[in-house]
Amino acid sequence: MKTRDSLHHALAAAAGRHPDRIAIVEPEHGSVTYRELAWLASRLRDRLIANGVLPGDRVGIYLHKSIDAVAAIYGILKAGAAYVPVDPDAPPSRNAYIMRNCDVRTIVIERNYEATFLAEFATLGAPPPLLVLDGTGAGEPLARVLDQADVDSTPARADVVSAPDDLAYILYTSGSTGKPKGVMLSHENATSFVEWCSDVFRPDSNDRFSSHAPFHFDLSILDIHVAIKHGASLVLVTEERGKDPLHLARLIAEQGITIWYSAPSILGLMAQFGHLPDHDWSSLRLILFAGEVFPVKHLRTLCEQVPHPRYFNLYGPTETNVCTYYEVVPPVPEERSAPYPIGRVCEHLCSKVVDENGNEVIAGEEGELCITGHGVMQGYWSLPEQTARGFLIDVDGTRWYRTGDIVVEAPDGNYTYRGRRDRMVKRRGYRVELGEIESGLYRHPLVKEAAVIALPDADAGVRIAAFLSSKDGQTVSLIALKRFCADELPLYMIPDQFKWLDALPRTSTDKTDYQRLKEFA
Amino acid sequence: MDANIDFTQAVKGYILEEFLPGENPDDLTEDLPLISGGIIDSIATLKLVLHFEERYGIVLEAHEADKEHLDTIRDIAALLASKVR
Repeated sequence: MKTRDSLHHALAAAAGRHPDRIAIVEPEHGSVTYRELAWLASRLRDRLIANGVLPGDRVGIYLHKSIDAVAAIYGILKAGAAYVPVDPDAPPSRNAYIMRNCDVRTIVIERNYEATFLAEFATLGAPPPLLVLDGTGAGEPLARVLDQADVDSTPARADVVSAPDDLAYILYTSGSTGKPKGVMLSHENATSFVEWCSDVFRPDSNDRFSSHAPFHFDLSILDIHVAIKHGASLVLVTEERGKDPLHLARLIAEQGITIWYSAPSILGLMAQFGHLPDHDWSSLRLILFAGEVFPVKHLRTLCEQVPHPRYFNLYGPTETNVCTYYEVVPPVPEERSAPYPIGRVCEHLCSKVVDENGNEVIAGEEGELCITGHGVMQGYWSLPEQTARGFLIDVDGTRWYRTGDIVVEAPDGNYTYRGRRDRMVKRRGYRVELGEIESGLYRHPLVKEAAVIALPDADAGVRIAAFLSSKDGQTVSLIALKRFCADELPLYMIPDQFKWLDALPRTSTDKTDYQRLKEFA
Repeated sequence: MDANIDFTQAVKGYILEEFLPGENPDDLTEDLPLISGGIIDSIATLKLVLHFEERYGIVLEAHEADKEHLDTIRDIAALLASKVR
């Protein structure tokens, strides 16, 4: 077996090999070399340790995507702690819940968010100490806050050596009970995936990776940690810019991106609205996409306009990161309408398909995809029952993560995705538990009943419809409802459509009749 | 081009027709936060920009097509008006 170093060891090694190469580019703000990134991260490590952070602690990151945030990730890892990144623009109540749930020792936060966060946290208990940055941009706000207290700005300590099983980060995903749940990933979980990426995609120090996904999203693990391991450059795309296809089309050309990785939705928008033939994308050698099904018509348009890169459909839940992959070779045939397969299991993992009783089915039969290997998470933070339900344990003790995804294996060994066994959907690459949306809607004072369903949509992939009944027959305007949702839920969870009914339809056993609701939509 | 176009009404009318059919126009005020308030999503924003670019033959720069410039009807109307003058 190969030795697997920690994630932060990869930065130290790259900084030793390529100290003057550009590590991170933050367009419009600046860039840092490997030496500068390692130095900033080491200074943060020293500060965190001085502030009492111990190996195994969790440290929150409440920052916009920036060089400061990348340095925070590595500073936290160097201190032997696990990083917990949140979407700074998500409702503060959700972020406060996350920080409280995993009991962070401290949080690196932007001043803009400090007051609302503290107000929210006050309802949960005494807040953790905060390291407050006056903003983000090129690493300067982080350097400033470190300068304020350091007499000597030279890093003084050594990196904490992390063991393969030590926790590296926790990513929170939508939870069916209405509260997000923390997926615990170790250094080995991440480095085994990074090594697999290295074998398949052959990155080197001349590559320029896009960083399109936000850092609380598992696609960021490939972007950040594969780029850093190989001494390549990582070009950060902020959330705001990341939604603009015209801007992104230009950015790929101007920044000479060689490896692009994102959810399919933004690639579909670029194919439709990005005026791609106007841009020189000749540097681009790989287009990787994951997180949801790529509607074939948009993939075809993209491949027609940009035929030269290699295209890979990557599949995998946060719990395993990418676990199957499929190379799409352009052109996409005119007659094809079915989505591409999710492909074969990645070489660092093993897969099997099981029936409802957990027994393996033969190729060609539908069943739930289960994954085992070094990439599979340790469990959900402080949720032993949900963790236990998430795994099948063989008699020999092998832990198989149950993805909840129903697949079928073709004779060539590729898996095709068929659907979910529960109420989770993917929207713009994000996992959305319909139950979490329902819980949010129930918090509205006039809502008596709430039920949410997902419907297939040719353009967006999936459309979310909410059905409501009210206390004493009063209803609320669509505008008021959407605004309420924006305060309770991340924006990507807000339903596309709301419908008021006198009462929700019931099955004979008095449960909400979701099948009937599909007929109403 | 006619510089006296009422962009506020044009934007409001488009949003009501495309994204909020049946809503009371009085609820859609000029200062309602559209994107940050969850009223329209980023794809809807893109459709809106493309519609007005085509209709009035103007071009918005990438840095203008974001939440800061497009979060309220007032902001959008001001941005459009600045382009036709």
